[in-house]
Amino acid sequence: MELKLTLNGRPVTGSIDPDCLLIDFLREHGCLSVKRGCDTSNCGLCTVLMDGKPILSCSMLAARAAGHSVQTLEGLQEEAADFVGFIADQGADQCGFCNPGFVMNTIALLREIPDPTDDEIRSFLAGNLCRCSGYEGQLRGIRSYLESRREKGDSRHGA
Amino acid sequence: MEHKAYHSINHPVRKKDAMQLLLGKPVYTDDITPRDALVVKILRSPHANAIVREINTAGALKIPGVVAIYTWKDVPQNRFTIAGQTYPEPSPYDRLILDRHVRFVGDAVAIIAAETEKAALRAMKVIQVQYEVLEAVLDPHTAKDNPVLVHPEEDWVAPCPVGGDNHRNLIASDTNSAGDIDAVLADCDIVLDRTYHTKAYSQAMMETFRTYAELDAYGRLHIISSTQIVFHVRRILSRALGIPKSRIRVEKPRIGGGFGAKQTAVCEVYPAFVTLKTGRPSKLIYTREESQIAGSPRHEMEIHVRLGADKDGRIRGIDLYTLSNSGAYGEHGPTTVGLSGHKSIPLYTGSLEAYRFSYDVVYTNLQAAGAYRGYGATQGIYALETTVNELAERLGVDPTVLRDRNMVRERMQMPAYYNEMANACALDRCMEHCRQIFHWDEKYPVRDMGNGKVRAAGVAMAMQGSCISNVDVGSATMKLSEDGTYNLIIGAADMGTGCDTILAQMAAECMDCSVDDIAVFGADTDASPYDSGSYASSTTYITGKAVEQACAQLKTKICSIAAEMLGCDAGEIVFEGKQVRRLSTGQTLTLEEIGYKSQVFNTQAAEVTATHSSPVSPPPYMVGMVEIELDKETGLVTILDYMAVVDCGIPINPALARIQTEGGIVQGIGHTLMEDVQYDHNGRPIGSSFLQYKIPTRLDMGHLRVEFEHSYEPTGPFGAKSIGEIVINTPAPALTHAIYRATGVWHREIPITPEQIALSLE
Repeated sequence: MELKLTLNGRPVTGSIDPDCLLIDFLREHGCLSVKRGCDTSNCGLCTVLMDGKPILSCSMLAARAAGHSVQTLEGLQEEAADFVGFIADQGADQCGFCNPGFVMNTIALLREIPDPTDDEIRSFLAGNLCRCSGYEGQLRGIRSYLESRREKGDSRHGA
Repeated sequence: MEHKAYHSINHPVRKKDAMQLLLGKPVYTDDITPRDALVVKILRSPHANAIVREINTAGALKIPGVVAIYTWKDVPQNRFTIAGQTYPEPSPYDRLILDRHVRFVGDAVAIIAAETEKAALRAMKVIQVQYEVLEAVLDPHTAKDNPVLVHPEEDWVAPCPVGGDNHRNLIASDTNSAGDIDAVLADCDIVLDRTYHTKAYSQAMMETFRTYAELDAYGRLHIISSTQIVFHVRRILSRALGIPKSRIRVEKPRIGGGFGAKQTAVCEVYPAFVTLKTGRPSKLIYTREESQIAGSPRHEMEIHVRLGADKDGRIRGIDLYTLSNSGAYGEHGPTTVGLSGHKSIPLYTGSLEAYRFSYDVVYTNLQAAGAYRGYGATQGIYALETTVNELAERLGVDPTVLRDRNMVRERMQMPAYYNEMANACALDRCMEHCRQIFHWDEKYPVRDMGNGKVRAAGVAMAMQGSCISNVDVGSATMKLSEDGTYNLIIGAADMGTGCDTILAQMAAECMDCSVDDIAVFGADTDASPYDSGSYASSTTYITGKAVEQACAQLKTKICSIAAEMLGCDAGEIVFEGKQVRRLSTGQTLTLEEIGYKSQVFNTQAAEVTATHSSPVSPPPYMVGMVEIELDKETGLVTILDYMAVVDCGIPINPALARIQTEGGIVQGIGHTLMEDVQYDHNGRPIGSSFLQYKIPTRLDMGHLRVEFEHSYEPTGPFGAKSIGEIVINTPAPALTHAIYRATGVWHREIPITPEQIALSLE
C-alpha cells in the first residue's frame, strides 16, 4: 500500500506492507536516530513526535501515520541543540542509545511544561529507560538548562 | 597523596562523542551497515535438554527470499568458548556453532539467512525438528555428580586447569585459605552461619547484541560488531570457523551499552558463518527477547558464609563457599566465582586471623551466564556485607563503627587478595565522609512515620580490582600529525563509559596540549594496537598507563627529529608542548614544523606504540548508604536517598566517574528490588521482555549523591584506579540492611519484592 505523510517538514510517499511499523518506515527513510530497544512499548527509545505529540513508533503501524506530520530528532536538531549540551556537560549521554528517544520526549516535555519541577520531569520522562546513567545526571542536565534559560530571562521554548 | 594541578585530567571534560550521540547521529552497528544485507535469524530450542534427531529444512528453503539454512550437520566440529578472555581461556571449550545436543531453552538449532526478515521468520516456522527430549538438570544444588550430564561429549576441553570435569557437570572448583579457619571459628564468641542466593540478572543494555559480516576487498571476513573485545572476537571466530586470523578483521563502532554482556561473543559467530558460506553480507540483530533468554547474564550464586567474631565485634575468621550456576555453557564460570571471595573477604583484612574460600561452578540446563559488571564480587559482597550487618545488629554495635574496627586500611597486606598490598586505600575516609553527608547518626535510628510507613537506613562497603593482574594487556599508539595535533589509537572499547575521552585527557595532560588536539580511534583489529579489551575495570588503569608511556616515548621521538633538524644531540632538546627548545641556543621549533619535517626525507617514525600490563590489581573502595521508606502494609520500598563515597584513586574525569557510580547504583537497586530471572519447571524462561523483567525507571531510585575521596595509587596513571564495576556492589547489602531495620526480617535472597516483604510481616 502507499503511504503519504509529512516527515520532518517534507512530504514523503512510500510503498509499505500493511503490517509495517512506523519505526521501520522511519529508519528506511533515513531517520536512523529512531532506535528499537524492546518490542513491548517499555523503553521509550523509539519516541518520535506525531502532530507534535510524543508517540512510540514501535507500537504504531506506519499506515496510521498517513496524512500526519511526523518529526524525528533529524528534524529537530536546532531545538535539541539548545539543551543537549547541558546533558553532555554532565556526561549523562553515556552509551547514547537511549538519547534520541529521551531528547524527543524532553522536547515534548519542555513544549508542554516550559518550567517543570523535578517531579514533573521525572514523571513525564518515566517511560524513557536508560541503563547507563542512573537518571540523576539527566535530571541535573535538564535542571541546569532551565536555570541557564532563567538567567537569560527567557522562558519561551521551541515552536 | 598528590595535590598537583592538572590542566586536563581530573576535569569534567565532555565526552568526545557526546554531541553526536545526543543529536541522534547514525553511529551504531545497525546504522552504519548496509540495509540490504542478508537477515540472519536463529531457530532456538524449546527444550532444556534434547538431541536433534531429525531436522527438515526442505520446505523452508522453498520460501521466496530464503537463501540458506544451516544445521548441526553443516558446521565445523571444533569446540570453542565464546568467553572474551585472554588465551588460554579459563572457560572450557564446550560450544559448537550449532550442536546436535541442545542444552537450554533458547539454544541455537538452525541458522536462517534470508533476503528479508519476513522470509527468515516464515522459514523459522516451517523448519521441522524432531527432538529426543532428555531429562534436564535445572537445580544447581543437584547438578554436581548428577547422572544427567549437560556436557557428556568426549571432545570437551578445559584449556586451563581450573578443577572442572564435564563428567561431573563441574566447570571449576577450588579451595584456598590462610590460617586455621576451623580453629579460629571454634574460638570465636559468636559465629554467624548464613546462606544467600542471588539471581542471574540481565545486563539489559539498551542496544541488544548485534553483528554485521561481509567479505572485504581482499575477500577477508570483515566483522562490525557491538563488542567490548575486538581481539578476542577475532581469535574466537578463527577457532570456531577454522580460518586464520589474517583472514578476519573485527571492528566495533559506537556501542549501545555493554556492562560485560558484550565481553562474550554472544552472536558474532552466526553471521560470520553465513557470510563465509554465502559470500554475502549478513546481519544479525537480537530481539530483546533473545537478549534476555540467550544472552550472557550474571551467574546465579548461592553463597554460604560463616563469620566469626569476638564480643567486641572484632571479625576474626571468614569461611565462604560459593556455588555458582553457569548454566548450559561455561563462559566466565571459573573466573567470576573467584571474585565472590577474593573481592569480599579482603574488605575485613583489619583483624582477620584466618579465611577459607572454596567454590564449585556447575553446569545446568539453563541460559549460559557470562560477565556482568561486578563479575562475582557483587554476589560475594552482598553475602558478606549482609552477614556483617547482621553481626552488628546482634552485637548492638553501630554497623559503621563495626566496620571502622575491621576494615582494610592503607599499607595493609591482604591475604585473601593474593597478598597484595593496599597501597592506596581511603576506605576509612569514604566511611567518615559518607556518614557525614548522609547524616547517618540521624537516619540510622528507625523512624515510624505514623501512617503505616517506616523510615530506615542501611550501609555497605565494596571493593573491586583495576585489571586482571599478570594477564591484561593494554596498548596505545600515539602519532604526531603535521599540524602538531595527535592521533591516539587504542584497542580498548568505549561502550559509553567515556574511555576514548579519559584516555585523550591523559594524553593531553602528558603532551601539554588541549583534549581537542587528541583525535581518538578504536577499536579495530587491523588498525589498533593489541588490547585485551574493555573489561575487568582495566581500561583506565592498564590502557591509561600505556597512554602515559606512549606519550613519554613520543616526546623523545619528537625531540630526536627536532635534533636532526637543528643538527644537534637529542639530549639538548626539551619538549615544551607546542614547541621544542634547544637549551644551549634557545632555538625553538614548533610541533607543526616538526610534523611537516616528519613527512619529508625522514627515517624516524613520528609515532610510537606502548604496551602495559600489571602484576597487581589495586582495588578501588566504596561506601554506600541508603534511606528507605517502607510501607508495612504493601511491602513497598521507596528509596529516598542513596549516597556513596568512592575511592578510585583520582577520578580522571569527575563527571564521568560520577555518572558511572550513579548508573551502577541504579542497576544494583534494580537487582535488589525488582529484577528477577525466573524459569518454569521445564526450564523455560518467564521474564523475556521488559514487561516482565522490570529495570528501574527514573521513579525508582530516589535521590542520588556521589562524592569522591582521593588516594594515590603509585602503579596507576596519575594515581588512578578503576571505577566501572565497583559501583554496582553496595545496593544489595545496603538495601537488605535497611529493609531489616524497617521490618526486623533478614531477607537472604534478592530481589526482595514487595510481596516477599509483605508476606514476611504476616
